[in-house]
Amino acid sequence: MINELSRRTFLLRAGTGISAAWISANWPALLSAAKHAHSAARAAKPPKLEFFTPEQAIEVDAISARIIPTDDLPGAREAGVLYFIDRGLATFAADDQSTYREGFPELQARVTDMFPNAAKYSALAPEQQDEVLHSFDEKTESARRPFRARPGARNFFETLRQHTIAGFLIDPDYSGNDSGAGWKVIGREREHAFQPPFGYYDKDYPGWQPMPKEADKK
Amino acid sequence: MMVNQPKYKTSDEVDFVIIGSGAAGGILAKELSTNGFRVVVLEQGPYLTEADFTHNEIEILAQDKLTNHPKLQPNTFRKTPDEKAKLQRAVLYGRCVGGTSVHFTANFWRFHEIDFIERSKIGPIPGTTFADWPITYADLEPYYTKVEWEIGVSGLAGASPFDPPRSKPYPMPPLPVKSSGVIFERAARKLGWHPYPAPMAILSQARPGRSACINCGFCLAFGCEVGAKSSSLATAIRMAEKTGRCEIRPNSYVHRIETDAHGRAVGAVYFDEKRNTHLQKAKAVVVCANGAETPRLLLLSANKQFPNGLANSSGWVGKNLMLNSGGPVFGQFEDPLNDYKGFAVSRVFHDFYELDHDKVGFYGGGGLDARFDLTPIGFSFGGLPPDTPRWGKDFKAALAHNFDRTMEIFCHGTSLPVENNSFSLDPDLKDAWGLPALRLTYKDHPDDLKLANWMYARAHELFEAPGASKHWGFPAAESQFAVHLLGTCRMGNDPKTSVINADHRTHDVKNLFLCDGSSLVTSGRGQPTMTIEALAFRAADRITALAKRGEISA
Repeated sequence: MINELSRRTFLLRAGTGISAAWISANWPALLSAAKHAHSAARAAKPPKLEFFTPEQAIEVDAISARIIPTDDLPGAREAGVLYFIDRGLATFAADDQSTYREGFPELQARVTDMFPNAAKYSALAPEQQDEVLHSFDEKTESARRPFRARPGARNFFETLRQHTIAGFLIDPDYSGNDSGAGWKVIGREREHAFQPPFGYYDKDYPGWQPMPKEADKK
Repeated sequence: MMVNQPKYKTSDEVDFVIIGSGAAGGILAKELSTNGFRVVVLEQGPYLTEADFTHNEIEILAQDKLTNHPKLQPNTFRKTPDEKAKLQRAVLYGRCVGGTSVHFTANFWRFHEIDFIERSKIGPIPGTTFADWPITYADLEPYYTKVEWEIGVSGLAGASPFDPPRSKPYPMPPLPVKSSGVIFERAARKLGWHPYPAPMAILSQARPGRSACINCGFCLAFGCEVGAKSSSLATAIRMAEKTGRCEIRPNSYVHRIETDAHGRAVGAVYFDEKRNTHLQKAKAVVVCANGAETPRLLLLSANKQFPNGLANSSGWVGKNLMLNSGGPVFGQFEDPLNDYKGFAVSRVFHDFYELDHDKVGFYGGGGLDARFDLTPIGFSFGGLPPDTPRWGKDFKAALAHNFDRTMEIFCHGTSLPVENNSFSLDPDLKDAWGLPALRLTYKDHPDDLKLANWMYARAHELFEAPGASKHWGFPAAESQFAVHLLGTCRMGNDPKTSVINADHRTHDVKNLFLCDGSSLVTSGRGQPTMTIEALAFRAADRITALAKRGEISA
C-alpha cells in the first residue's frame, strides 16, 4: 500500500500548482517510492494535470486501475492512462468534460450509498471498487465494428472505460500507452514495418497452387 | 504536392470543374487534363499528404481527421419515409484530397458479366427497381485493365475459376499471404471452394515515388504513409498535377451548381476555407462527390427552372440506394496469427457469386474474404467474443490472449435497389454552413438480410473446418449506417427511370456529368471501388469524345 499512498500524495500535490519547483525537486524521491520502472520514462516529462483536480485524478486513477488492472503484466497505471485521459479532456475529448464533471458526484453518491463508511471510491478495497463499477456498467453488448458504428459513450463509467482502453492501446508515439505497456500486453510489436512470414500459420506456406483440375468450376 | 499547378481565376471559364477528388474525381481529373483540357477540382476536405498521415487511432476513429465530421455535417436517419428522421451519424466517407480511396481497405474485385445483365436473366424482383445496366462487362473490361495498370493493383490472373475474362494479367504479383489467408485457403479447399490471392489496390512492388507495402498494419481507415495504397491521392491526382493543366483546390465546399436561362450549368458555387462564397465558371461540370453528396448537391441546386433539384425531372435523384449486405464473422486460433501485421485481406473466394434462387430461397450472391482489419483500440471495442467481460482482469486477459490470435471472415454481398432507400435533404437539420443536412432513409430488402445470414453460416463452416478454438458473429441486422454509397443517380437509357445516360451525362442538363458510386445500377458483390474507377476512366473517354465533337458546349 505504500505505493498507493505515495501515488495519491503525489497526485494531490501535482495538480495544486503550489510550486512547480517543489514538484521538480521532489519528483525523483516520489519516483523512488514507486516500484514500476515505467515511471522513469515519465520523469522526463513531469505531468501537470490539465483538467482533473488532484482529488479527481486519484479517483480516475483508481477506476482505470480496475478497468485494466495490473497483474504480472502492466495495467492502466503503468501505461499512464490517467495522464492520457487528462490531456484528452483538454484536447480531443473536450466534449466529454461534462460527463466527467457530472460523473464525480454520481460516483461519490454511489460509494456513499453502497458503502456508508467509506470516504471515497479510491479508499475502498478492490472488490468493493468493482462492485461500484458493476452498478454503473450497463452491460451493453460491445459494439461490433467501431469503424462502422462508433461506440457512443453512454455514461460516466462507459466514457471512462473507453478512454482507459484508448490510453492503454494507442500507438505509443501519440502520448498514451507509456513505454508501449499496452502493446506488450496484447503482443503487438512496436515496429511499423514487417516482413512475412507474419504468424504461425503462414510460416510454412509453400506458395499458392491452383486447385487440381477435376475440382475446377462445377 | 501541388507542383506545376495552374491557378485559375474563378471568373476564368475552365473546360471542366470536377466536384470531388476521390476514386472517380481523381481519375477524371487525370484523364481530362491529360487529354488537354483545363480542369479545376473542388474538394471539400483538406489537402493532406503522406507526411500528414499517422497511426493515431484517436485522430482517425474519434476525430475524423480523414472523414466527414458528424458535428460539422450531422446526419439524420429513418427506416421508412413515414417516420421522422432522428439525429444520428448515418454516413461515412473520405473528406480530404483522394476522398474515401485514402482510407479504404483496397479490395479490388472486378464486377462480373452477370452484374450488368442480371435483371434480364432472373426477371423482376417485387418491391425493387432491379434493372440491367445500359453497358456490359465487355464495355468496361478495357477500363478495368486500365485501373489495374495505371493506379497499381496486385493480383494473380486466372487464379479464380469464377473470374470474368480479362485482356491482360495484373501488373504485379499478389501481396504476401497472411496467417488468416492460409487458414481460410485450407478450410475453403477442404469444403470444395476456390480461394485465391486477393486482388488489392496496394503495391506489392515499388513504383516511381511510391513504396511497396511495408505491412505496417494500419491500413483500413488510415492514410498510407508510404504511398503503397493506390488511392487517388497517391496516383491519379499526382498524374493530373503533372499535366500542368489541373488545379486541385482543397477546402472548397460546393453547395450549388449554377445554371443559366437555357438550363445549362455555368459553374459550381462553393465556400472556401473562410466561408466566403465563389462561383468557379466552367464549360461543363462533372460531379464525383460520392453517392450521398452527389444527390445532395443536385437537390441543393434546385431553382425555379429545376424545382425538384437539378437533373431530377425523373424524381429518382437520391433513390435506389444500395449499401451492400454482409459483415464479419470472427474466429480465434490456438497459435499467434499476428494478423495485425500487413494490409487487411490476402485470400478471397467467389464460389457464391451467383446463388441459385430456387435452392437458397432468396436473390443474391457474394464473396468471402479472410482478413484482420482492426487496429488495437478498435479491436478492444469490436474484436473480442461477445461473452468477454468489458473490463477487469478477465477483459485484460482476453485482450492479451486474443489480439494476435483473431481473424475475420468478411462476407460481402449484393443489395437490391429499393425506391424508398435514399439520401435526401433533412427538412429541419442544418450543417455548420447552414445547408440542409443529409438524411438517410433505409430498410434492407429482406433478401439482403437472408443473404447475409446465409454467408455468415458459410463463414462459420469455414472456421469449423480448421478447428478454430472459438468463432462467433452476429445475425444480420437492418442497416442504419452507410459506407458503400451506391445507385443514387442511376445510369440508364430511359430518362424517366434514370438520372444519367451511358455517357454519364445527366438526361436533363447537357453539360452536367455525374460519375461515382451513385452511377451504379446494381450493387455488385460488395467491392464497388474498382468499378467506380473503371467507370471514371470510361466516362473520361466518353466526355472527351463529346467535347472534341463540340457536343458539350453546343
